[in-house]
Amino acid sequence: MDLYEYQARDLFEAHGVPVLRGITATTPAEAAAAAAEIGTPVVVVKAQVKTGGRGKAGGVKLARSPEEAAARAAEILGLDISGHTVRTVMVAEGADIEAEYYFSLLLDRASRSYLAICSVEGGVDIETLARSRPEALARVPVDPLVGLDAAKAAEIVAAAGFAEADRAEVARVLVLLGEVYRANDATLVEVNPLVKTRQGRIVALDGKVTLDGNSAFRHDWAGYADEASDDPLEVWARSRQLNYVKLDGSVGVIGNGAGLVMSTLDVVAKAGAGLPGQPRPANFLDIGGGASAEVMANGLEIILSDPQVRSVFVNVFGGITACSEVARGIIDALAMLGEKATKPIVVRLDGNAVDIGRHMLAEAAHPLVTMADTMDEAARRAAELAAGN
Amino acid sequence: MSIWLDATSRVLVQGMTGSEGRKHTARMIASGTRIVGGVTPGKGGQGVTFEERPVPVFDSVGEAKAATGANVSVVFVPPAHTRAAVLEAIDADLDLVVVITEGVPVADTAEFVTNSLRRGHTRLIGPNCPGLISPGKSNVGIIPATISGPGRIGLVSKSGTLTYQMMYELRDIGFSTAVGIGGDPITGTTHIDALAAFEADPGTDCVVLIGEIGGDAEERAADYIAANMTKPVVGYVAGFTAPVGRTMGHAGAIVTGSSGTALAKKVALEAAGVRVGRTPSETAALMREIVASLAQAG
Repeated sequence: MDLYEYQARDLFEAHGVPVLRGITATTPAEAAAAAAEIGTPVVVVKAQVKTGGRGKAGGVKLARSPEEAAARAAEILGLDISGHTVRTVMVAEGADIEAEYYFSLLLDRASRSYLAICSVEGGVDIETLARSRPEALARVPVDPLVGLDAAKAAEIVAAAGFAEADRAEVARVLVLLGEVYRANDATLVEVNPLVKTRQGRIVALDGKVTLDGNSAFRHDWAGYADEASDDPLEVWARSRQLNYVKLDGSVGVIGNGAGLVMSTLDVVAKAGAGLPGQPRPANFLDIGGGASAEVMANGLEIILSDPQVRSVFVNVFGGITACSEVARGIIDALAMLGEKATKPIVVRLDGNAVDIGRHMLAEAAHPLVTMADTMDEAARRAAELAAGN
Repeated sequence: MSIWLDATSRVLVQGMTGSEGRKHTARMIASGTRIVGGVTPGKGGQGVTFEERPVPVFDSVGEAKAATGANVSVVFVPPAHTRAAVLEAIDADLDLVVVITEGVPVADTAEFVTNSLRRGHTRLIGPNCPGLISPGKSNVGIIPATISGPGRIGLVSKSGTLTYQMMYELRDIGFSTAVGIGGDPITGTTHIDALAAFEADPGTDCVVLIGEIGGDAEERAADYIAANMTKPVVGYVAGFTAPVGRTMGHAGAIVTGSSGTALAKKVALEAAGVRVGRTPSETAALMREIVASLAQAG
């Protein structure tokens, strides 16, 4: 789960990391009030979006008065940045920057450990820097059993090549950022830029934090819920504990198990590639290992209410899930939806209780439902149905 | 032969008294696994009966190991308690610990994986995995024992249902061992660990490797295959149509920026000489060709 910059800023502040003042606003009037409250000669109005490149997209602007802050906020609010609509800005204190640095602490899948990345060349796109001048980035492994302690922080600032005079203070801030990471079950804490002001302070100017969703049970993250920026079908699916991702195609997909559903999307896209309009998958929907009839019914209802969907492919390999349960879910869902169900459904069942499941669907003989023997054949038929008129 | 699990494996179930643990213990017993005990702190001495067969419950893994000679455990405890359960099993020096639980905080996984690697004794599989099966010998986890019988193909996969699908496609040939390593960002066992074990196993002739988007485990597996594998490997990668930045079901299945794409994984595997199928059935067909050519050569 990614946080907005202002949420990262607040989290940093709560852990004692030096940050500048920042107040969020959702209207130009609120932005003017925020600028007045901050009161510095210059403020920065920053779009709050969970994507990079907002500076280039016109999402970060300076203002020298509350009136200017309102005008800049009016320009930024509603802006589309890489598909993200700006609904909130943060009005932040202007900084007098002497030098910009980079720091991140992240989960490193390759080493199955943590990794600190630090550079005295900050404020740039870090992926670009990593490609063009990898030697400018210090990469220091951090032991998960120890964390980012003072000794590790000293190692990082030395490896990154900070000036002697700055090392102690930067290291102090890194230890605090390590605490942000540990205490909040983060998988990424990134500060870009970490700056030195002309007054000599080390300040986290812009932060990005990703939290581990699996840890939600031991934190209070209700304040981070972010439904406004999500697709309405995804919000609905989440309210029913369904694992659904909206895509842009016309073949609705339901399956069990994340791997099989990802594979199903690929097989559908392959089957659709040679057909008119090249139908593609409309969504990812994993109804899980022990899916019941009720879960299947919920899943079908969501997919059938997507106006982009023209056909549906139900692909289940019954491991723990019994195919008879899946068949009952399909039959029940169609009875419940009645006239609202208007799209053809291709079903492929294999595995646990497959004979009973297929028999149940054959008996029900619903006009919208056809069965296919294999995954490839079912994908082809679903894609053809989506391509036809 | 098989890897990591055979007919002599003596298996504990951590969390056997919970509903998931009970359900899957019954299935494991039915498929011939030697379940020797359960572990639930505070419920020692209670015992659970499966089809008139009593299985003792212990308070700790240490006690259970001493009383039963167990060398394997399978963990079904909920995410909030998984860390403690796994650390206990590692401390007891079990040979194999299989963590089925989904939703374990990744910081907890980093901790117990680091612990098991430093202690250097226990092989950890998972978390968020279906477990492993050596058909006809033993079955630890939730893989249905009825899909395929024994044979000489090894299988390693991040995904449970793709494991089932591939076992089903190749059920007439059969498997030495099929291992689901799990879909989390960090796992106790990697593709490379399984490849190395299959390479060393005289009962395995060839390997199916199933990967999916996220991380670079498949790319590293490709490097390993090029440098170390003499047995043929076929590959399959799921997630070509996954959008950037979205988690596709498994916590680790996410394309970030330009890294972790299915295409990059397929390219890396093919560069290492691995034939990669575009669908599960095409992958199975490639494996059939290999099995046929091995039979001819042998």
